[in-house]
Amino acid sequence: MWLTAIVFLPAVGALLIALLPRENVGLTRAVALLASLATLGLGVGLFFAFDPGQPGMQLIEEAPWIPALGVSYKLGVDGISLLLVLLTVVIVPLLLVAPWGRVEDASYKPFAALVLLLETAVLGVFLALDLVLFYVFWEAMLIPMYFLIGLWGGERRAYAAIKFFLYTMAASVLMLVAIVVLYVAAGLGTFDLMQLQGVQLGRSVEFWLFLAFVAAFAVKVPVWPLHSWLPDAYAEAPFAGTVLLSALMSKAGLYGLIRFGWTLFPNAAYELAPWLLGLALVGLLYGALVATVQRDLKRMVAYSSLSHLGLVALGIFAFGPLSLAGSVLQMVNHGIYIAALFLSLAVLWERFARRNVDEFGGVMRFMPRFAALFLVFMLASVALPGTNGFVGEVLILLGTFLTPHKAYAVVAALIAVLSAIYMLWMTQRVFHNPPNPELEPRARDLSIKEVALLVPLALLILGIGIYPKPLLARVEPSVEALIAQAQSRLERVHDPQAQGAVVEEATP
Amino acid sequence: MELAWLGLLFPLLGALLNGLLGRSVLSKRAVSGIGPGAVGLAFGVAVWVWLDLLKRPPEERSVTLKLFDWIAVGGLDAPVSLLIDPLSVVMMLVVTGVGFLIHVYSVGYMGHDPDYPRYFAWLNLFTFSMLLLVMADNFLLLFVGWELVGLCSYLLIGFWFTRPSAAAAAKKAFITTRVGDFGFMVGLLLIFATFGTFSYGPIFEQAPQVLSPGLATAITLLLFAGAVGKSAQIPLHVWLPDAMEGPTPVSALIHAATMVTAGVYLVARAHVLYELAPVSMAVVAAVGVVTAFFAATIALVNPDIKRVLAYSTISQLGYMFLAAGVGAYAAGLFHLTSHAFMKALLFLAAGSVMHALGGEETDMRRMGGLNRHLPTTWKVFLIGALAMSGVPPLVGFFSKELILEEAFVLGHAGFWLLGLITAGLTAFYMLRAHFLTFHGAPRYDAKSVHPHESPPVMLWPLRALAALTVVGGALWLSIVDFAPFERFLEPVFRAEPAMEARPALALGKGALIALSLGAAAAGIGLAWLLYIKGWRPAAGLRRLGRPLYALLDNKYYVDELYYALFVAPGRALAELLSGPVDRGLLDGLVNGVGRLVDRVGGALRRVESGYIRAYLDWVLVGTLIVLVLLYVYAWGWSWGWGGGGR
Repeated sequence: MWLTAIVFLPAVGALLIALLPRENVGLTRAVALLASLATLGLGVGLFFAFDPGQPGMQLIEEAPWIPALGVSYKLGVDGISLLLVLLTVVIVPLLLVAPWGRVEDASYKPFAALVLLLETAVLGVFLALDLVLFYVFWEAMLIPMYFLIGLWGGERRAYAAIKFFLYTMAASVLMLVAIVVLYVAAGLGTFDLMQLQGVQLGRSVEFWLFLAFVAAFAVKVPVWPLHSWLPDAYAEAPFAGTVLLSALMSKAGLYGLIRFGWTLFPNAAYELAPWLLGLALVGLLYGALVATVQRDLKRMVAYSSLSHLGLVALGIFAFGPLSLAGSVLQMVNHGIYIAALFLSLAVLWERFARRNVDEFGGVMRFMPRFAALFLVFMLASVALPGTNGFVGEVLILLGTFLTPHKAYAVVAALIAVLSAIYMLWMTQRVFHNPPNPELEPRARDLSIKEVALLVPLALLILGIGIYPKPLLARVEPSVEALIAQAQSRLERVHDPQAQGAVVEEATP
Repeated sequence: MELAWLGLLFPLLGALLNGLLGRSVLSKRAVSGIGPGAVGLAFGVAVWVWLDLLKRPPEERSVTLKLFDWIAVGGLDAPVSLLIDPLSVVMMLVVTGVGFLIHVYSVGYMGHDPDYPRYFAWLNLFTFSMLLLVMADNFLLLFVGWELVGLCSYLLIGFWFTRPSAAAAAKKAFITTRVGDFGFMVGLLLIFATFGTFSYGPIFEQAPQVLSPGLATAITLLLFAGAVGKSAQIPLHVWLPDAMEGPTPVSALIHAATMVTAGVYLVARAHVLYELAPVSMAVVAAVGVVTAFFAATIALVNPDIKRVLAYSTISQLGYMFLAAGVGAYAAGLFHLTSHAFMKALLFLAAGSVMHALGGEETDMRRMGGLNRHLPTTWKVFLIGALAMSGVPPLVGFFSKELILEEAFVLGHAGFWLLGLITAGLTAFYMLRAHFLTFHGAPRYDAKSVHPHESPPVMLWPLRALAALTVVGGALWLSIVDFAPFERFLEPVFRAEPAMEARPALALGKGALIALSLGAAAAGIGLAWLLYIKGWRPAAGLRRLGRPLYALLDNKYYVDELYYALFVAPGRALAELLSGPVDRGLLDGLVNGVGRLVDRVGGALRRVESGYIRAYLDWVLVGTLIVLVLLYVYAWGWSWGWGGGGR
């Protein structure tokens, strides 16, 4: 019941909120916060209930759903999903109480309900072990996000929301078709992921199914060049929506690649790995370069996110034990620091109602406390040692270098230079330089409440940076089990001779 | 010995206390006590560790202390653990000893700054990071310290962040060194892929068997790329002169005495690898000596006292790399130590001059005649300048002479000659700076500026450093073969090459020393002629020299070159990607597909106008149809007429 409780508790909260009178904002806030905090509590409990020594799925819950079709309600958790569940339950409460963004009291009720519904959907995606169940959660993420952008977004919100919706929907439909074809082709009469993982498919079937799955996941991340919804959606969404998109929903795509892409279609994945690695690498460089010339802070951080997600995708596509563990950890890390960065932009917006980098200057003079916290977030994003970003980045680079895809790791190491260019440029223009007198009247440093919201993120960044062991110890067995599972189905014999290598370049 | 980690803890605690409570809770007195006090305690720990090490027999002077597991996953085990050996102890003593004096000096120099607690917090954080760098027992942890000192350098160069020049200089320093760190990082990848560990012990032990010459060359050159960035060698030297935007004690500590020497430390620490790669050794020595020469030529004409010292630092770091590159690691380390004394002294004295002139005046064209007003500062600056020039018996004479001698003896006569010329240039620009600042007629505005000697809290660190500069040579009296410094380091650099296999020399030791002294005398004499006697070269000579002067005055146009080669094209590429490619091509394609669909299916027009509910209905209907089909199919399958083959 543990997993079911964690998945549906936010939805129950949303339901309760729907029943509350719209006028009683205080009560609505209390219920929303309570629901999200209770979910956080369950998440922490899950962390301790989880047995780190056991590599496979744990705490499995299963019940028949549509027995005639072999659709079941099946949830389970392993080290990989555990980390993403923890990320989700940590981020959502912050968004519900953050006093920033465009959400007025009058519309808080639908806002809170949508955020909580989205939390249920995201948690469901991370925990579902049945393909239909997964697909239902997957699509369920879309609807609250559509409304979050459409109702509370910026000037071009309608355009951004529809573009986001259609783009991701189109790709997801491909996955739905692929799920059906897989069901038919496997012929087991079940949608159970763990049973389907054992099925040997025909070469071309596997190839096309893999592509369909990858399309859905890659759009959600997004992987270059399927990202063109991202700048609009990130920039137009309210800050809470941007955080949900960047910190959580992008992870759903990456998670899908790991959980379904590689385990269901390992042969296709290995064969296409060089191409996918290429896309990830292009995205990494491209996002970083484009970020350097953005004037709009939100777009700048959006493109930086594209670049950093490219690095995570690289570690996944390389599929070495270290790189995959690094990618899973970096998914959490990225979720934390990208949320912190967007929330910092929200702080600036809330005070100054501006987002253009040219319109700032000397904010550190007005808001020293905020500047100090921002420094931590910024450093995590440039992967400075001592922050969580470094641990993830170094693991991904090392892990990728240990596979036969060495060259990708070398080029990807440029991210350290590129991210420093745009982040330091932005820091200089916003926080340093002569104080802009226009800002002074509206400048006030962080309130206690705001500090209380941002400090936990800073502590997580430093905590994971200095002592990542508790997380890595839980990821490692699951990652190794997953790789072993995928390898067991490889048709071509891959030579694991090279130290740590699991992948060998396809030889004709 | 087991408590050596206390040396790290004190500065870290100091940084946390002053950083978190300095503005709100602590009094200024408390801040002034905590900042220098933390480093003083760390110095105490360093001395204690050093004495402890001395008590052991030489071959047991290497102790590893594991603190905790850091990144441990898969085959990767990178613990936070410390290595205490003669090399790290020398660095610890320099960092905390010179660092302590600079912290004390800062109490006076920065006393009036409103951000005083922030200053000490970051200076302490720097000390912690630098100690971590030199005490790490594996390459990854060294890299952690390496990046953290870079961060502190960034924060302290930009300490006065409201100045655009300071903010820009901070950014430039961080990004330029990160370019070098890219090489470092790739080197780390290669090291791990080769050895399966980052720990020094196993790596250095296996290296001779495991490393092919090509791999050894690749790894060492990549590590050296990091060193070139951090130690501001050509071609990544451009950040250090700009770094003078930071407070002067910061320049003394970070950008002269300690952080910039990290590259030298890295090469010395990894010398086992370098010795397997003769090509890399040659590159290190060549980059070092060429940098030494070029930086010295720029210092000849620069009018800014801090920038002259900055170029001088780049030049002297070049000497250290020359030493390391020819295999004379101990001599390199000795010059590192000697330079820390001399250059910290010179920077702090320059700070005292700036303080006397009311703050931030660094242009020597607006100084002159300060010797009467600043007698102590004048004296100590002269000691520093003479030591840098290589005048015996000051420490700089011994350490520089040693490097030149080793270069010559080990068969690098060309390097030796360039080093010798550079020594002459050094003597000239140091005394030029001294004469311009302290002698001649005052050129500052005597109506508004009233020079005054600095308070004792600034003068005592100056006196201490001056004393070290005077007596420091006793650590290694190279001319009489009295070398406790070398003997202490012997367990680390055991395999020093070729000392016994000295070729027959064209020049004897006496001749080498005479030539060095001659170079110093020539430089000093020329400076004296030009800036004290007021000698003017003939007009024709001056006209000939003008283009050369312009070239030097513009620092060989390297900044302009880099802008044209990297910054401008990079920005153009980014603009191209951001505009035409991203918003134009990629987004245009997507919108084009959307429009096509829109035209084909007129029904979808409503979606574009925002009736999303209608669309959702269609999604629902579609999903239902799919599910029904599936249901029928599965039902049929269960009756045996399905197509799903097993």
